[in-house]
Amino acid sequence: MSTITLFKKRIKTPSRLVWREWLQGFLFASPFIIGFIVFTAFPMVYSIWMSFHKWNLISPPQYVGLKNIIKVFTDDLALKSLGNSAYYSFIAVPFQLVISFGLALALTQPIKLRDMYRSGFYLPIIIPLVAWSVVWQRVLHPEFGILNEILGWFGIPAQPWLFDPKLAKPAFIFMSFWMIGRQMVIFIAGLTNIPDSLLEAASIDGAGWWKKLTHVIIPLMTPLIFYNMVIAIVNSFQTFIPSKIMTDGGPENSTLFVVLNIWRQGFQFYNMGYASALAWELFIIVIGFTIAQFYISRKWVYYES
Amino acid sequence: MSLTDQKSSLKLSKKTVLFGMTRKELKSKGGLVLLQIFLTLLLITFLVPALWMVSSSLKASTEVFAHPIVWIPKDPQWSNYLKVFQLPGMPFATFIKNTFIVVTIAVTGTVISSALVAYSFARLRWPSRDVWFAILVATMMLPDVIMLIPRFIIFRNLGWLDTLLPLTVPYWFALTPLYVFLMRQFFKTIPVELEEAALIDGASRLRILFQVVLPLSKPVIATVAVFAFLQHYNDYLNPLIYINSMKNWTLPLGIAALNADESFRATWEMLFAASTVMVIPVILLFIIAQRYFVQGITMTGFGGR
Repeated sequence: MSTITLFKKRIKTPSRLVWREWLQGFLFASPFIIGFIVFTAFPMVYSIWMSFHKWNLISPPQYVGLKNIIKVFTDDLALKSLGNSAYYSFIAVPFQLVISFGLALALTQPIKLRDMYRSGFYLPIIIPLVAWSVVWQRVLHPEFGILNEILGWFGIPAQPWLFDPKLAKPAFIFMSFWMIGRQMVIFIAGLTNIPDSLLEAASIDGAGWWKKLTHVIIPLMTPLIFYNMVIAIVNSFQTFIPSKIMTDGGPENSTLFVVLNIWRQGFQFYNMGYASALAWELFIIVIGFTIAQFYISRKWVYYES
Repeated sequence: MSLTDQKSSLKLSKKTVLFGMTRKELKSKGGLVLLQIFLTLLLITFLVPALWMVSSSLKASTEVFAHPIVWIPKDPQWSNYLKVFQLPGMPFATFIKNTFIVVTIAVTGTVISSALVAYSFARLRWPSRDVWFAILVATMMLPDVIMLIPRFIIFRNLGWLDTLLPLTVPYWFALTPLYVFLMRQFFKTIPVELEEAALIDGASRLRILFQVVLPLSKPVIATVAVFAFLQHYNDYLNPLIYINSMKNWTLPLGIAALNADESFRATWEMLFAASTVMVIPVILLFIIAQRYFVQGITMTGFGGR
């Protein structure tokens, strides 16, 4: 008898509690659930729908089939902007990785005022990009900029950086070298986590610093190198502020990057459908890199368990 | 270092002692000194654009365009900073006020809504919770650019264009999944026993969250707040799309407009002063909350920009 009453009680009271917890769970999570539906899921579906329509916000949307999507792959400016973004990303990122990895290696050595150096190298990345672009536009100014002034000390003639279609993208890439703080911090964290015993063992085996670097440190750091690479590529493909502020896409569209092109099509020319299709192109590129990183890193990258 | 090298240095190191150091110690010390010198030069290079910005903001209008470049203004024009707030047709005080409103509301909303949702995912059991958590993790990788155009249309239909609402309200819906994820991971590390004691005392979940969990979660709250601050303070693309009237402009819009305006093009010192004004709060935050910057980056890899 007693066991039965106990059993009954156990069933009865928790169920009310459980129901209460369900309700609370939903209520607490509701900001995200509502936010996801209203500001993420619906916009994405809406965006797919828009990609198949021509819509300038004034006249009603008009179904155009695959026209927008074909235009993404054939339009000169779309191809040019994709090429510009790819050029910028694939050339800037390897340099950024080398600089940030080198800095991280140097800043994990027992040098004086190490924390001050770390903060100093990190600093440029926290400067608001709008202000940073305004300053760099002038750093790169052919006549009054400091870059040409400093190059002049070494006898290098002044260059019209942002005014020459051939030099504008390299100038953007050069500017991006100042923004490696995040990658550096991640590398420093990784390097600090390498067990001293491994490096000592290598030293006992007679490995010099180069051998240690190439046989111990870099293999251990591959997951982070790969991770930083993908994040940097993904971020570079989404740059907008420097090109909007410093050059507005010029000269001769040489700094018209993908997001700037989307913004122009959407908010200057009001081609909402075509701009959505362009956004989907960028979306697929970015997601592609993210997923590739996820799977490739599982396969060949060394992870300490 | 080759094997013979090592042998010879070993042979010498037994006898040769200079300044109280063996030859080998001296050699590695020498390397460190060289590294230190190199890093110092590199650090100066990294900081030159920012320092040049500050120095030029204090120059007289003739000094800005002097050849060769004046690195330190002879007679610092502190009045430049007053003039920034008196530029004709550029109400900078209003821009600062708007930025302050947007950042305060958006950051508060981000922290509160992310904490609620994170607590639900960390502690409460409810049906479909794991599905929603999977959705949260999946949306962490979504590039925002895909939502640009559909969200614009949503806010246009709501009649929210040219108000501060699109820059603030959505962030009360835990719109950045990464922050929820970080908080959830942190809440998981807090011992459940603390909450159970409060539950038995009859405290509601909301009270437990605000009086037990959050006071123990200051590091993660600070990290999320710092990154949300940077995100909204630096945001240029969203205000650019949603805000037209100058009375609603935020600081990035103001600085970008000043940079693009023909009538201000020749007043570099004003642009540098305005940029410096925008940079100062971020630098102060960095000095106060530096460890949360580093924590946030190592936890997420997305920090900064």
